[in-house]
Amino acid sequence: MTSADARLGLEHRLTAYYLIIALAALAVGGLMGVLQALQHAGINLYPYLYPAIASYYHGLTYHGVMMVLVWTTFFISGFLIFVAAHSFNRPLASPGLARFTFGLMLVGLLLTAWPLATNEASVLFTFYPPMKAHPAFYIGLTLVVVGTWLVLLNLVLTYRRWRTENPGVRTPLQAFMAIVTLAMWFIASLGVAIEMLAVLIPFSLNLVPGADPLLARTLFWFTGHPIVYFWLLPAYISWYTMVPKQAGGRLFSDPLARVSFLLFLFLSTPVGLHHQFTDPGISEFWKFIQAIFTFGVFFPSLLTFFNVVASMEIGGRARGGRGWLGWIGRLPWSDPSFTAQALGMIIFAFGGIGGLVNASYNVNLVVHNTMWVVGHFHLTVGSGVTLTFMGILYWLVPYLTGRALWSRRAALAQAWLWLIGMGTMSFVQHWLGLLDMPRRTMVGSAAYLPLRPDWQALLPFVGLGGTILFISGLLFFLNMVLTVLASREPARVEIPVAEAVHGPEAGPAVLDRWRPWLTVAAALIVFAYGPVLGLLVSSAAFNVPGIRVW
Amino acid sequence: MNRRGNGLTVYIYELAWILPSIAIPVGMLVAIALSAFALGIHLPGVTGRIDPARLDTTPPFNQPGVRQVGPGRYEVVIVGRIWQFTPNEVRVPAGSEVTFIATSRDVVHGFKVQGTPVNMMLIPGQVSRLTTRFDRPGEYLFVCHEYCGTGHHVMFGRVIVEPSAR
Repeated sequence: MTSADARLGLEHRLTAYYLIIALAALAVGGLMGVLQALQHAGINLYPYLYPAIASYYHGLTYHGVMMVLVWTTFFISGFLIFVAAHSFNRPLASPGLARFTFGLMLVGLLLTAWPLATNEASVLFTFYPPMKAHPAFYIGLTLVVVGTWLVLLNLVLTYRRWRTENPGVRTPLQAFMAIVTLAMWFIASLGVAIEMLAVLIPFSLNLVPGADPLLARTLFWFTGHPIVYFWLLPAYISWYTMVPKQAGGRLFSDPLARVSFLLFLFLSTPVGLHHQFTDPGISEFWKFIQAIFTFGVFFPSLLTFFNVVASMEIGGRARGGRGWLGWIGRLPWSDPSFTAQALGMIIFAFGGIGGLVNASYNVNLVVHNTMWVVGHFHLTVGSGVTLTFMGILYWLVPYLTGRALWSRRAALAQAWLWLIGMGTMSFVQHWLGLLDMPRRTMVGSAAYLPLRPDWQALLPFVGLGGTILFISGLLFFLNMVLTVLASREPARVEIPVAEAVHGPEAGPAVLDRWRPWLTVAAALIVFAYGPVLGLLVSSAAFNVPGIRVW
Repeated sequence: MNRRGNGLTVYIYELAWILPSIAIPVGMLVAIALSAFALGIHLPGVTGRIDPARLDTTPPFNQPGVRQVGPGRYEVVIVGRIWQFTPNEVRVPAGSEVTFIATSRDVVHGFKVQGTPVNMMLIPGQVSRLTTRFDRPGEYLFVCHEYCGTGHHVMFGRVIVEPSAR
C-alpha cells in the first residue's frame, strides 16, 4: 500500500460499499432483463416466478429502478468519491458526513426496495402519477437523491480546503470533472426533488385529493434527461483521464476536456422537453427551443469523441501503430479494462447518433415510445456507460481488494459478448420501433401481436440478444465474485491517470471558476423552462385521484 | 517538434474538428425546421385542460366517436381508460383529413396510429389533438404505448380507411 492508500482508507471502504450495492442492483436488474427479452421471444417464464415476480410489469419496474436508478447512482457515488480523493490527494473534508451520506442512501434504497419487492410499487422507474405506489417508494428515492447532494457537498468542502492550500493552482482535472458532474446533477435533480416533495409524496400519503399528471411529468423530465449525463460524465472521466493511460498514450487536450464538461454543466438541463414532444399542454414553440438545446448538448459529446480518440491514437502510435488506422490494432486489446471501455465507446457512438433522431422534433413522432427508444438507451446507458463501469471495475476491484482479477480471458470474452448481445438486441429493437412496436409492453402476450407477423419474425432476435447479454453478465459476476473469494495472486494495479499533451495552463483561467458557469446554467434553465413551468404551475389542478392499476 | 509548432498543429486539428461539429448539428436543425414548418407537421400543443372526472358531461368527450366536420374532414374523439380505447374502431373514407381529439379518464396512456405521424400522450386533465390525412385504404392499428397497468398490452384499436366512393 502506498501512503496515499493509507490516508484514504475510509474513502476506499466507502467506495467498496457503494460498489457492492451497485453490483447487487445490476445483478437483480440483469436477471429481470433476460426474462423480458425471452417473453418478447415467446418464452414466458413469469408464471414460474410468481409471486416473487408478480407480473411482467413488476419485473420491468425492478429492471428500470435497479439499472438506471440504483446501479448507476451507487456506482457513480463510490467512483466519484474515489476519483476526487485521489485527484485532490487528500481525504474527504468530512468523514462523518461521508459515512452519514452512505447510510442515508442505504436507508433510502431499502425504503424503496421494500414496496418494490412486495409489488406495492409497480409503477416503472418513471412513476408517472396518477398511478400511485406505496409512499415508502417515493420517500426512499428522495433520500437517495438527497444523498447524492451530500456527496457533492463533501467534495465541495474538500475542494475548498484544497484551494486554501493551493492558491492559484488549476483544479486537478479529475476532481474538477467529479465536481462538475455532481453540480450538474444537483441542478438537474431539483426537478424530481420538487416533484417528490410537492406532488408525489403528499399524493401517496393521501394528503391531497390527487395529482397534476402533466406538471409531475414535466418536473420528472426536467431531471430525466440530464440524469443521462449524470450517468455518462463519470464514464467520460474514465475515457478522458484513464483510458488514454491504459492505451499507452496521453490526454490530447486538458482545456478542451474542461470546456466539454462545462458545456454539459449548462446545456444538460434545458433539454428535458424533448421527452415530451408528444405531450399535450406544452407549446410547440418551447418544444422546438429545447430541441435546439438538445442538439447543442450533442456538441460537447463530439468534442469528447475527438479528444478521446486523439488521445488513444497517441497511445496506439506510441505502441508502434502506423498509417491512418493502423494504430487501432496496436491498442491494448488484451487488457479487459481497456477493451470493455473501448467497445463501450464504439457502441455509444451509435447510441448518440440514434439520440439525434429522438431529439428531432417532428421526426420524434415516428419513434416516440416505440421499441426504438428502448434500443437507443440500451446502447447508451446499457452499453456506453455500463460497459465502461465494468471496465473500470476490472482494475478498481483488484485495486481495492489487493487481489488480481480472477480471469482476464473471461473478462475479455465478457466485453465482446456484451457487444454482440447488445448489438443484436438493440439493432432489432430499433427496427421494431420503426415498425411501430410499443415500448414498456408485454409484447409476447399482446392482443395485437397476431396482427403483426413482421414483429413476430424479429422478436426471437430480441430473445437471442438478451440471452447473450445474460451470459456476458454471468461471466462478469463470476469474475467479480471469484476475484474477491478465490484469487490468490496479489494485484499489481496502479490507478491509471493520463498526463495531458496540453495541460490545464494552456487554457484560460476562467475555466477554473465556478460562478460564471453556474450563472449561465441558471439563466438557460430559467429561459427554457420558465414559461413552460410558469403556465403549468399557474394552471395546476391537483385533482386526478391516485389509482393502483397492477 | 518545438513547443510552438506542436501547439499550432493541435490548434488546427481542434479547429478542423470543432467547425464541422458545429456545422453538422446546425445543418440538421435547419433541415428539421424546414421539414416541420414547410410540411406543416405539428406536435400536440396547448389545447386546454379538462376535468377527467367530468368527461361524461364535457363536450366533445361526452360523445366519443367519428363525426364529419366538413367535406373530406373528420374529427375522431377518443377516450382512453384502463385498458381500452373508446371507440376502438373508427371508419373514415380514403382521402380524409382526420383530427384526433383524445384524453384519458384515469392514468397516462399513449396513442400512436401506426404508419402515420399521429403519436401523442393521453394525459388525464389535458386534451391531445393531432391531424393527419389518410390517403391509402386499409387498416391502421392504434396501440397504447405508455405503461398503464396489468392490461396495458391488450389496449388497442384500429382505424379502418375505406375505399373512397369518389
